[in-house]
Amino acid sequence: MNLVVDIAWTHIAARFRQTVVAVLGVAIGVGFSIMMAALMQGSQDDFVRTLVNAMPHVAINDERREAPRQPAEEAFDAAQIRGLTPATRRRGINNPIATIAALESWVPGSVTPSVQARGILRYGGKDVTSVIVGIDPAREPRVSQLVNHLRQGSLPALYRATNAIILGDRLAEKLGARLGSNISMSAGTGKVMTGQVVGIFRSGVRAVDEGTSYVLIKTAQILAEQTGLINEIRIRLNDPMSARAVADRIIADTGLKTISWQEANEDLMSAFVVRNVIMYTVVGAILLVASFGTYNIISTITFEKSRDIAIMKSLGLTQATVRRIFILEGLVIGLAGALAGSVLGFVLTQVMLSIEIRTGFTDATRLPLIVAPLHYVIAGGIALASSAIAGFFPARKAARVHPVEIIRGAT
Amino acid sequence: MSVPLIETRKATRILPGIVPVTLVADIDLLIHEKQFVAITGPSGSGKSSLLYLLDLLDVPTTGEVLIRGRDTSTLVDDERAEIRLATLGFIFQFHFLLPEFTTTQNVMLPMRALGKLTPRQMKERAEGLLSSLGLEDHLAKRPDQLSGGQRQRVAVARALANDPPVILADEPTGSLDSKSSEQVFQILRDLVDRDGRSVVAVTHAIDLAERMDRRVHLVDGRIVSDEMQASVALGEPA
Repeated sequence: MNLVVDIAWTHIAARFRQTVVAVLGVAIGVGFSIMMAALMQGSQDDFVRTLVNAMPHVAINDERREAPRQPAEEAFDAAQIRGLTPATRRRGINNPIATIAALESWVPGSVTPSVQARGILRYGGKDVTSVIVGIDPAREPRVSQLVNHLRQGSLPALYRATNAIILGDRLAEKLGARLGSNISMSAGTGKVMTGQVVGIFRSGVRAVDEGTSYVLIKTAQILAEQTGLINEIRIRLNDPMSARAVADRIIADTGLKTISWQEANEDLMSAFVVRNVIMYTVVGAILLVASFGTYNIISTITFEKSRDIAIMKSLGLTQATVRRIFILEGLVIGLAGALAGSVLGFVLTQVMLSIEIRTGFTDATRLPLIVAPLHYVIAGGIALASSAIAGFFPARKAARVHPVEIIRGAT
Repeated sequence: MSVPLIETRKATRILPGIVPVTLVADIDLLIHEKQFVAITGPSGSGKSSLLYLLDLLDVPTTGEVLIRGRDTSTLVDDERAEIRLATLGFIFQFHFLLPEFTTTQNVMLPMRALGKLTPRQMKERAEGLLSSLGLEDHLAKRPDQLSGGQRQRVAVARALANDPPVILADEPTGSLDSKSSEQVFQILRDLVDRDGRSVVAVTHAIDLAERMDRRVHLVDGRIVSDEMQASVALGEPA
């Protein structure tokens, strides 16, 4: 066996109990870090999944990112034009059928038209503002999870009643409406219609559940008093993460305002970055605390072994050799701790995964944990690095021991 | 005359501090091959300090220490360690064996640090050295299983591990009973007479010093006498 390894192993083996305590310190740090990372990453992924499922990956509407240039601005090379009244523009996406056909030719996913109108729903004397979305029940399942989110009723039921409407569960609760209730819908145009509730859904996103209702496209167009109006095209992509790139291309092709789900939730996304920074800081702090155990034992060994270090140096062992002995001891503790901690982390994650949470308000659910090899690599890597550093300082001190001072003291 | 194994030129060692302490001063000393040198003097006269300078464990504040003509004053710690490993063997007053290692492993330690032999060769040499010192029945024992004399003989074997031409010994019999002292002294004597090595030993024991070839006497860190014993001067066997 190599001399350095031999001496390092002898030191560690001679202090079995202290070594086990130090290894346990690192292992607990690594184990809980892995579990915490699994929980944080899992909850983030779960949240993003819910978010992505609740909304279209890409939404195109009839607004424009920039106000269209006025004809006078095109005609005259003037610095400023005043007193012009902009030309009235017909609402909606121009030629929606051709636009959808063009998108379907290259977009890797499903495309569906819809009509969005803001309106007031009235039932039993209660008025609640809602986004009324006109949808095609045949295409809707391809772009949203509405069909899966329905708690009562069904999508085809929109065809079975006049002006049928599906409400979010919180919206229905606010109104006091139930399946079969006849509610009144009024749009900004002043048009008022009466429709029957044929479905109740719950997406899990509060803003959607208390402010969105679905009707047939035709019904929405009548409410908006514009035949053939399509003011939103929604896209569900095979790969949600490509939404930004797809949105950019649509903007370049059509000039229409196109928003990816990431852009719509930019604040949330940056909050996740902050959350991850906090998580890894906490993980680092846990492992740093664990590394103090390693520092403690290596310091103790170097203190107890100062005479042996002096002897080894007096025999002719170099500073580097002495340093390597104690850094190796730190690394051995770190490695053992990282391995034991990985097992502990896996067990903890599995235990947490097995816990079923039941409340009176939600379905039985389990904690959203994710088992990712990267968490093990990061936690193990930090543990090893901190143990090496914890070993380095006492090792450096040991390597600098002046043998004569120790030997004089010993004799 | 051949190049001395160890030479000091006006070597002075001063411990820094609020009141600097001079350990040894203006030491001029030549150690040649096959010499058995006693360094004597009262307590605090600088005997051990001189030995540490000769072993390159310490560095003179002024002056030089040359090993086989090579000035060591400009060398860094690791370079001095290399010279020590290959050229100088050191025996402490208190054996200073590593307690977790067996006697064989302790003797192998300098060989492993030098790294010139295979593990099998190291083991064979360590066992051979221990056997030659009468420790063939204690090869696998740890230091705490040996008597004081046996431990000191292990320390002698360890000092001989890399076959150095010079052995430096700091009161090698100081912690031993008279029987063990005599055994260790005879071993050191044999290293000179039989193996042709040089031995420089610090000792308080006047009777042992008188049986060595040369006696260097220190007082207050300075050499006050450096004499060959009469028997050596006359060419008589020791």
